[in-house]
Amino acid sequence: MLYAILCYHDEDTVGSWTKEQDAAVMTKLAVVQEKLAKQGRLGPVARLLPTTAATTVRKDDPPLVLDGPYAETKEQLLGFYVVDCKNLDEAVDVARELGAANPGGAYEIRPVGLLQSGSLEQ
Amino acid sequence: MTDTAWIDAALTSARPQAVGALLRYFRNLDTAEEAFQNACLRALKSWPQNGPPRDPAAWLIMVGRNVAIDDIRRSRKQEALPEDAAISDLDDAEEQLAERLDGSHYRDDILRLLFICCHPDLPATQQIALALRIVSGLSVKQIARAFLVSEAAMEQRITRAKARVADASVPFETPGAVERTERLSAVAAMIYLIFNEGYSASGDTAEIRSPLCEEAIRLARLLLRLFQSEPEIMGLTALLLLQHARSAARFDVDGAVILLDDQDRLLWNKGLIAEGLALIDKAVRHRRSGPYQIQAAIAALHARAEKPEETDWTQIDLLYGALEIMQPSPVVTLNRAVAVSKVRGPQAALDMIEPLEARLSNYFHFFGVRGAFLMQLGRNDEARTAFDRAIALANTSAEAAHIRMHLDRLQRDSQPRGKKAK
Repeated sequence: MLYAILCYHDEDTVGSWTKEQDAAVMTKLAVVQEKLAKQGRLGPVARLLPTTAATTVRKDDPPLVLDGPYAETKEQLLGFYVVDCKNLDEAVDVARELGAANPGGAYEIRPVGLLQSGSLEQ
Repeated sequence: MTDTAWIDAALTSARPQAVGALLRYFRNLDTAEEAFQNACLRALKSWPQNGPPRDPAAWLIMVGRNVAIDDIRRSRKQEALPEDAAISDLDDAEEQLAERLDGSHYRDDILRLLFICCHPDLPATQQIALALRIVSGLSVKQIARAFLVSEAAMEQRITRAKARVADASVPFETPGAVERTERLSAVAAMIYLIFNEGYSASGDTAEIRSPLCEEAIRLARLLLRLFQSEPEIMGLTALLLLQHARSAARFDVDGAVILLDDQDRLLWNKGLIAEGLALIDKAVRHRRSGPYQIQAAIAALHARAEKPEETDWTQIDLLYGALEIMQPSPVVTLNRAVAVSKVRGPQAALDMIEPLEARLSNYFHFFGVRGAFLMQLGRNDEARTAFDRAIALANTSAEAAHIRMHLDRLQRDSQPRGKKAK
């Protein structure tokens, strides 16, 4: 079974770490990741840019594009895509297209700051 | 992180919201600050034992308010107070308060706190010092160090600023839409000033002053989270991120300025650049341009070029043209001329800046740029005169050192060929 592990933290707190503190955390995480990677058990790992860079597409009819992260709590996170887009406009178009195929709920679009492809064995 | 490190980080990030709310209750900056300090002291005692509260800001507001009210009562009645027990069971209270901290109150509290620091009667340096002390919570010592002045001088500057703000009437009712926009733009300008104070440092002081840049970025991000759909706040944040991303490449080991073209672009901070570019991208979708967005777009074109020769100078020229219309200033035209020199050559650029001389006759960069154009045209004597003038006007030793480098090059070039080959 594959498991997704979603990372939650207060971004104010993480954002106020110094470069050294941030690097120290990343180094410690890398040790754990490397162990998993060597065992062929690590899938893609992403670090997202802050929620200030987020845009939300509400899958209403017509879809509504809003600045900021997805703020409601009545829906649950059910999945995610990583898509290569030239700019935010393109990403919004992709979200609209997906939304047309599956109306209801919302997509939160977050730029990915760091992506490692992982080493999953098929 | 150690126990105290997470508490420090939580207190720092809760500060603007907590002090802002306490200011709304007490309508007095000193009382609000003292209440927050007291709440922090209790947090340092309580949090390591009981773990972090679900909403640290709400906890601090509640405790700060209770302690301050008790203090006020005590000073009136001279009575003994119930000890910590009265505030130890905060779970219910916290929940109630968290509900009351709805988005709009929270936004306006922080905006008001920042806006108080931008009082028009305060000179820019006092505005910045006050914001760093009150909103960011930096110590007087830290601020004094970043401003390169003594602690006593900074203490005095902040005390004066506070006194002036206390005399001024600050409206506490919820601002209307127009007023909110005005506050927002004053606060954005102040955040930009904080950044510039750090960014304009010379090489030997850059490291000491860079906390100012980091603090400005933190405040810009905070403002953006409160006002998520303001393209100019996206632009401001992007501008600061993109400029700060280059900080590791801006000075050589001797502290001399390294110009953009000569910087080692591998030293640029890719994370900050990615965030800045993402924010511009977001801002552009609003189709409401503004000076911060344009400046950020210019910085983005530099950031996107992996090598200097890949820079899109034509686009930069166009953006400066738009900025000239929006915010006419000889300094903007001077910056545009640099782009023009790349696109249409040094003569066109020189023609563009000649009319500015009267207004920029005391401006270091004017003569540095003019000297560079003249040098490119092979008019070395005139270039030397311009560079001499630039050195006389240099604000920092790093600026002067950079111009001297040009003069040295002119010197070498003017020597007989035989010698030059050595």
